[in-house]
Amino acid sequence: MNPETINAQFQLALAGRGETFQLDVDLTLPGQGVTALFGQSGSGKTTLLRCMAGLQKVRNGQLWVKGECWQQPNFFLPTHKRPLGYVFQESSLFAHLSARGNIEFALKRAQQKPDRHSFDQTIELMGIGHLMDRYPSQLSGGERQRIAIARALLIQPKLLLMDEPLASLDFHRKNEILPYLERLRRETDIPIIYVSHSANEVSRLADFIVVIQQGKAIAQGPLAEVLANVDLPIKLGEDTGVVVTGAVVERDTNWHLIRVAFAGGELWVRDDGDEVGASVRIRVLARDVSLAQAPHHDTSIVNILQGTLETVIQDAHPAMVLSQVRVGDTLITARTTRRSLDHLNLREGDKAWVQIKSVAVVR
Amino acid sequence: MAIEFSAADWVAIGLTLRLASVVTLLLLVIGTPIAWWLARTQSWLKGPVAAVVALPLILPPTVLGFYLLLAMGPNGPIGQFTQWLGLGTLPFTFWGLVVASVFYSMPFVVQPIQNAIEALGNRPLEVAATLRAGSLDTFFHVVVPLAKPGFVSAAILGFAHTVGEFGVILMIGGNIPGETRVISVQIYDHVEALEYTQAHWLSGAMVLFSFVVLAALYIFQQQKNKP
Repeated sequence: MNPETINAQFQLALAGRGETFQLDVDLTLPGQGVTALFGQSGSGKTTLLRCMAGLQKVRNGQLWVKGECWQQPNFFLPTHKRPLGYVFQESSLFAHLSARGNIEFALKRAQQKPDRHSFDQTIELMGIGHLMDRYPSQLSGGERQRIAIARALLIQPKLLLMDEPLASLDFHRKNEILPYLERLRRETDIPIIYVSHSANEVSRLADFIVVIQQGKAIAQGPLAEVLANVDLPIKLGEDTGVVVTGAVVERDTNWHLIRVAFAGGELWVRDDGDEVGASVRIRVLARDVSLAQAPHHDTSIVNILQGTLETVIQDAHPAMVLSQVRVGDTLITARTTRRSLDHLNLREGDKAWVQIKSVAVVR
Repeated sequence: MAIEFSAADWVAIGLTLRLASVVTLLLLVIGTPIAWWLARTQSWLKGPVAAVVALPLILPPTVLGFYLLLAMGPNGPIGQFTQWLGLGTLPFTFWGLVVASVFYSMPFVVQPIQNAIEALGNRPLEVAATLRAGSLDTFFHVVVPLAKPGFVSAAILGFAHTVGEFGVILMIGGNIPGETRVISVQIYDHVEALEYTQAHWLSGAMVLFSFVVLAALYIFQQQKNKP
């Protein structure tokens, strides 16, 4: 088996109320970066993650992690012998131990213990130094999840599995943790499998994405590619959009803006403190993109790019269409009414200007 | 007024405490795996096994005592086994009382532990597994500390219930001073002999003991339930 990838093959039928749930996947995932298992609730993504952890036992499953066999027919490495880290959806801290006790429980049993420096670094990364002597009942949901993440990281797993670690948190707590996860993505070389139903989280964190629907992987590939695919059978609704990766090339301190160059053009975005030269990830939602036949300068919209209209498909509502415009090497998706497109007389293959009303740097 | 326990009373008190301590320890060892199995199994046997464990709650102690007497007798399975071990037979001995009390107090130990383990759910066990803890490690370092209130309740109830036995003891142990004559039997003897003052002292002590134990248990449980 390839020592660079994670190969997972599972078939499972779970009898539920009324209908049976089928999981049937055969995946090859990259051995580094963040891979998102993306899908609606009930699609089977958590079950797949549990299969990978060995928490859900599947007969005849196969799992190879970077050249190591964790499961194949007639072989099953029990969960406690797998070099993995697992972050559960809701708090998983042991209630009878303090934050420090929880982390020490893990370290005591780890095959490889972190040295002083990487220990301190992880505690600092998750911002939990001041919480170490508290018990889970004295911590907020977000703080508990940060400690759970640190606990999973400190045992230096070969694979980190995260099951919707933010799902049980409210909007503010989510935004409190997301920056820590983004730092984690940049600063660790442990491959991470991240289960989520939130297009926003996935856009911010994932490098590779597998879309799961009814127990099957219906699309997979690098994040930007899969998100730009407007034919995706799973409808993202208001979350439809693309992710563009670029570099900061200029800072305008006067207007608090930065200029980001990407394969296809440049965008002015809000200055959130990214250094010139830094690589940033920008999310462009289809609902914030409009189309024009000519560049208009009598508008408040700053980011206007020229491209070619490639594909137009029907959106969920009959009044709306999604248009895919190629700008240089980058695909941008726009959501407009069918009537607007008709009035503009735009057809596939025509030159078109995309006007981007707002963009969000997701880093 | 000085406490007026006779020497025989003190022997009975000592014997009762010794019996209850041995039984409680044995029950924690035997009852915990049963409670674990009952809390975690999906088997159809769960119902029947739970019913067998709970039988002493509703059976007259004489019925239980009668069957145990037969089982531990020279021709019974337990009796055959103890004779094969060279221990003779158990009825009318201290260890006969221990065996009988283990059966009789079993539900009082199994049920609190079972409830506590059921309340834990799967999650802490799964978390422990993802942190490299094997089964025994998980049991002693996760399950026992998290289910501690259940174990404490089980030990208190098992001990108190054994102290309060009468029927089974009379059936199995008879009335041998220093060997099988526990407090409840001693009270019975006092009443039969019309020694009401002595009976009052011992009975009053039992009421006080039971009240203190139960009050301590409920206060403990109440505090555990506070956030």
